Amino acid sequence: MAFADSEIVVEDPQAPADVSASVTSARTVEIVVYVVLVALALLLGFDNWRSGAGWAKDGPQSGYLPFYLCVILAAASLYGLGKAIATRELGAKTFVTRDQLRRVMQVFVPTFVFVALTQWLGIYVASLLLVAGFMRIIGRIAWWKSLVTSLVFALVMFVTFEVAFDVIMPKGPIEAFFGV
Amino acid sequence: MEAITLLLHGFAVLLTWKTLALMLVGLLLGIFVGVLPGLGGPNGVAILLPLTFTMDPTSAIVMLSCIYWGALFGGAITSILFNIPGEAWSVATTFDGYPMAQQGEAAEALTAAFTSSFIGSLVAVLLITFLAPRIASFALRFGPPEFFAVYLLTFCSFVGLGREDKHKTIISMTLGLLLAAVGMDTVSGRLRMTFGFDPLMRGVNFLVAVIGLFGISEILLTMEERLALRGHAASISLRVVLRVWRELPRYWVTLLRSSAIGCWLGITPGGAIAASFMGYNLAKRFSKHPETFGKGRIEGVFAPETAAHASGTSALLPMLALGIPGSGTAAILLGGLMVWGLNPGPLLFIEHKDFVWGLIASMYLGNIVGLVIVLTTVPIFASILRIPFAAVAPMIVVSCAIGAFAIQNAMFDVWLMLLFGVVGYVFKKIGVPLAPFTLALVLGNRSEDAFRLSMIGAGGDMAVFWSNGLVGSITTLALTLLLWPVLGGLFKSVGVRRREVGS
Repeated sequence: MAFADSEIVVEDPQAPADVSASVTSARTVEIVVYVVLVALALLLGFDNWRSGAGWAKDGPQSGYLPFYLCVILAAASLYGLGKAIATRELGAKTFVTRDQLRRVMQVFVPTFVFVALTQWLGIYVASLLLVAGFMRIIGRIAWWKSLVTSLVFALVMFVTFEVAFDVIMPKGPIEAFFGV
Repeated sequence: MEAITLLLHGFAVLLTWKTLALMLVGLLLGIFVGVLPGLGGPNGVAILLPLTFTMDPTSAIVMLSCIYWGALFGGAITSILFNIPGEAWSVATTFDGYPMAQQGEAAEALTAAFTSSFIGSLVAVLLITFLAPRIASFALRFGPPEFFAVYLLTFCSFVGLGREDKHKTIISMTLGLLLAAVGMDTVSGRLRMTFGFDPLMRGVNFLVAVIGLFGISEILLTMEERLALRGHAASISLRVVLRVWRELPRYWVTLLRSSAIGCWLGITPGGAIAASFMGYNLAKRFSKHPETFGKGRIEGVFAPETAAHASGTSALLPMLALGIPGSGTAAILLGGLMVWGLNPGPLLFIEHKDFVWGLIASMYLGNIVGLVIVLTTVPIFASILRIPFAAVAPMIVVSCAIGAFAIQNAMFDVWLMLLFGVVGYVFKKIGVPLAPFTLALVLGNRSEDAFRLSMIGAGGDMAVFWSNGLVGSITTLALTLLLWPVLGGLFKSVGVRRREVGS
């Protein structure tokens, strides 16, 4: 059709392979999640019981509602745990393949580093590093494009939040050097 | 009509250059957010919320709701041109929208989608204009027991009517309610579940959780998939628009039916996703040529889009009138109201007339301006998808972090956002729904306060929830809905046994 020349095509060369070894099954993850939730319910339930989960003359004490919420949470999680153990088909269902996990980590690890860096360098420098680094290393985009994009982005963010909207962001030594 | 006078007053509030400019910015940002993979209505609104902290509430809500309209419009673009639904409620739009694009009718499909979105929203806004003030004035008579009963009804209907596994919905909801209770207890002033950890004293902020659960986790999920895409570029000419509009009257039954479905499911927590599928399926069932659906029939675009937008818009009705959001995005807007120091609920209509009617007026204006913008700028927005995801992803991460930090100026919140991102990713993959969590977190404190105030008023007697006809019927309805799956199962098994006996 007439659309052949106006097609938009975007390639994804580093896409996860369709067939890749499974890292873990949905069943394992469900079981882990339910165990964590039961533990959380026990911990929070204990704290609420300690602060008073009884019924005073004028109604519930401060821990009353949260305590029973913990009971419900624990019950629902135990039910889910039992169901996950009993359902064999879940064991065959892949939670994440190795290739997919690699891609997820490619975003998660830089994000983690970015948050840690924000504490030391301020959010603008950290975001400059994140955008440039991510584009260059994960996206394999040319150095100059990555650098220009990240610089423009950090500047736009700075102007939008700090100057136009008066929202104060964490800043580090570099902003201090420029006296901002 | 009082509503019309007040609405005109609302337009007067809007018609300043500053508000109109913010509206335009909001719409453009919204369409942008709607088109981008890995972002959508709720995420976009949550991330951009910090921009509005220093504005006055009216400008803020106008901009945010315009982001919401824009995102609703934007979702249709990728569905039709690329067969990628930007949002779950756009899935039904791809059924006929993408085949139309393949047959070279992309412009027609897009015009149909935008126009029907507009019609759906318009019907819902009309409903809000005339119904919301009435519900609000009725709800003014509500005391704490009535409010608690309404909150209970909202929670129970999620458990009873949701399509997910019941125990997963319950887990998601109790987790939300528990997190809402962390920090200072508003009635007794005691600290709860803080374990002596200072940053927890303020509690877990709702918006931080939302940014993590929707924004960060969506990025992680998007990366898992193959991001290659292939689709059609399209531009819409005036000739096409007029041709599609001339055909509109022929489909009035479909449009009306979808609007009604959307409004109903939007006010009750059925949601836009269910509405779009139901609108599509009913249009197909009542059609004289059901076999042509799925092969590029324009009616198949009209039906789901009208329903989705009617639902997305009418979800704001219970939020404005009762303080109970009808959707995830409405919940975030509600969180925004609280940040700006407004108390959502029926009193809003009396104490903040300018705000409420400004918002309602902006729904009309935003949808009209939005329609014009999307019709004229489709080629630009479609080409946004050419931007590599490797450039978009880190920018979204930075926006999320800025958003999370700005809410309370706390670095702890940024870490919390990251944690919620991981939780959201795992929950989505094992099928724990996030909407009940969001709703519980935003309504948790209000419903607990309502419960305890009713208890104090009644001297600790639970019978207060059945003390009069109104509160009694709401409470009973809530419990029925909660037990609906059990009751339904009982009826069915009794029916089966009877039939077996009969045969």
